[in-house]
Amino acid sequence: MTDSTAARFDKASPEIKAHLRKRKRSQFMLKTLGIGAISIAFAMLFLLVGSLISTGYQAFTQTHLVVEARIDPALVDPDNPSDGNFRQLALDIVSNRVIGGADTDNTDRLTDILSNRAQFTLRDIVVANPDLVGETVELKLPVADKYDQLHKGMLDRDTPEENRRLSDREIEIFDQLVEGGYVAKPLNWALLTNADSRFPEVAGLKGAIIGSAYALLVCFLLSFPVGIGAAIYLEEFAPKNRISDLIEININNLAAVPSVVFGLLGLAVFIGWFGMPRSVPFVGGMTLALMTLPTIIIATRAAIKAVPPSIREAALGVGASKQQVVFGHVLPLAMPGILTGTIIGMAQALGETAPLLLIGMNAFITSAPSTPFDSATALPTQIFIWADSPERGFVSRTSAAILVLLTFLIAMNALAIFLRNKFERKW
Amino acid sequence: MSFTKLSVSALALAAVSATAAAARDQISIVGSSTVFPYTQAVAEQFANNTGSPSPVVESTGTGGGMQIFCEGIGESHPDLTGASRAMKASEWEKCVENGVTDVTEALIGFDGLSLAVSRDNDYDWDLSLGEIYLALAAEVPVDGEWAANPYSQWSDIDSRLPATDIVVLGPPPTSGTRDAFVELAMHAGCEELDYVANGDFDGDWIDENCSRMRTDGPFVEAGENDNLIVQRLDSDQNALGIFGYSFLYENMDKLKGVKIDSVEPDFDTIADKSYPVSRPLYFYVKNAHRGVIPGLNEFVAEYMSEDALAPGGYLSERGLVPLNDERRAELQERVLDGVAMDPKE
Repeated sequence: MTDSTAARFDKASPEIKAHLRKRKRSQFMLKTLGIGAISIAFAMLFLLVGSLISTGYQAFTQTHLVVEARIDPALVDPDNPSDGNFRQLALDIVSNRVIGGADTDNTDRLTDILSNRAQFTLRDIVVANPDLVGETVELKLPVADKYDQLHKGMLDRDTPEENRRLSDREIEIFDQLVEGGYVAKPLNWALLTNADSRFPEVAGLKGAIIGSAYALLVCFLLSFPVGIGAAIYLEEFAPKNRISDLIEININNLAAVPSVVFGLLGLAVFIGWFGMPRSVPFVGGMTLALMTLPTIIIATRAAIKAVPPSIREAALGVGASKQQVVFGHVLPLAMPGILTGTIIGMAQALGETAPLLLIGMNAFITSAPSTPFDSATALPTQIFIWADSPERGFVSRTSAAILVLLTFLIAMNALAIFLRNKFERKW
Repeated sequence: MSFTKLSVSALALAAVSATAAAARDQISIVGSSTVFPYTQAVAEQFANNTGSPSPVVESTGTGGGMQIFCEGIGESHPDLTGASRAMKASEWEKCVENGVTDVTEALIGFDGLSLAVSRDNDYDWDLSLGEIYLALAAEVPVDGEWAANPYSQWSDIDSRLPATDIVVLGPPPTSGTRDAFVELAMHAGCEELDYVANGDFDGDWIDENCSRMRTDGPFVEAGENDNLIVQRLDSDQNALGIFGYSFLYENMDKLKGVKIDSVEPDFDTIADKSYPVSRPLYFYVKNAHRGVIPGLNEFVAEYMSEDALAPGGYLSERGLVPLNDERRAELQERVLDGVAMDPKE
């Protein structure tokens, strides 16, 4: 008996050694697997972000023609600037800078160099300031997508001419402009300050960003008060019985319902019954609020639960009413947790696509909304539209738009973490 | 507490419903994803030229568009819908039921469905519709029997074709492009086969038996996103892809069109129908909305203008295959006059 006990604890014995080795090995295996799992997750993340950046970075610059040009009074009447021949003006701006630009069979090619939007940009500049007619002004006009691709090296000059979007002569003309120093590649602010366009060189996210902001605002205004109200009632006032259990289970289930279902609900109720317009951020916000509500209720209940009962009891003990306890003590202490939950819910709503597709927020609109009741797109649906556009320039713009969306998401989540760390109290 | 909040939000809801009933000053357009890029172009041109509020263009698919379009007359219903096929009788009935009885149909041009392959593929592809059918259908004639598709390589179908696996990326069943492909390529290809041509089969038999694409691998449903198909063709040089001609046109440096019966897809062959897989594109406009929705008449005029529709117009730059001059002039007149569609057509 004593012998065998001694043998059992004798580390030198071969059996114990084998057993220990086995234990160590399995622990090592577990650790390695864990590290492996994390590495795979990181590799995927890097792959995602890496591929987005490698295709998207090109969209953060845009090739422009930077020239000093005179607004010809023969083409634009200073008394009625909006009816001027800006198409000809844009053409002149290019042809005056190309050697042999006067030969007429080239004019088609020359108008193609500048973006189709250039003539309207010129018009807007002159209409805003009619005194410019006859003056020489410095102009910065975006060039068309295919020339943008050429300048960024995404159009292979070695492909046979008949398979290329640009002919040899067109490339030669553009190279003349580059040599003349008229071509620059500044940061593409239009990506953030322009609304959507079918021309990738002038398409931007302004409409989508404002649309998303309005939808989130509406979503917040609806789901935050209702969510907190529901959570306070359930946590502080509701009797614990089968009905409140049923409600709790249903709220948890609601949080797991796929978002497309909420989209269908929004389509049937808000648009079908209430007759609200399609493609409108207000309706989008209401639909997203349906989806965010359970998340906020659950987060708020957890935050209220985390407030120690001693605080409630102390307040009740000195004679506070239940309502005074909730609003004077529990809610302020629970607020950091509630806000964190809300922001995470909002971030989820920002990235949500399916419900917005169903209520028509994937529309093509070339102006940004000025109220929540104007038609608009949202960031994820804008990405959806761009990903499906045939023009080559939209490939990089889609990635760039995803990066913009990711930036907003990271900023919101960072805010949530900051609030939690700064204000959360531990007991 | 929750009660007050709930009633407040109920009030907000009521307020919004009231706003929604206020006048609409934007044109509202739904419809086919194939017509979408063209409508987009017209909408942007219209907004830029006139300074009117930009139209709201939504891509819902042809069928979905018809459904929304036919729901009724009034500001909460769209003014225009795009379609990659003519309106069906059942859809027209729905329209009439809901009071949408005065509709003008506008044929704007053609869209070729192209089969394409990477430029890195050396073989000079030229298929007949029958061969396309044999490669892609779920059931084909095998030794005089109607049986599951046995072909796995192109050379199994015809010895002149390369000995590579059949891989064709195409649109899913929800897509109008798929409907058109089945109707224009698969049905026609099926009818070309000796087995079908010699057998005594009617149209119903063909609808029933020749409409299914194979699901055993060679035909890959690549999703609605045509750009994705283009990218995959670029990386897999043995794969063929099916998509609208505008995507082939935009990617001519990477892709080449597959000839069908020795006809290459381009603007001319699609317009004169010698390239067999092409379909008409339409839009439908509610005449009751003309003169009520601001700018609708001008928008339709812009859509039918020579700037947009003529050869070299900005829609053909996007890949639309224009009608011939005579037909176009006739249609322009009809649409601008708002000639109502004859439901029997």
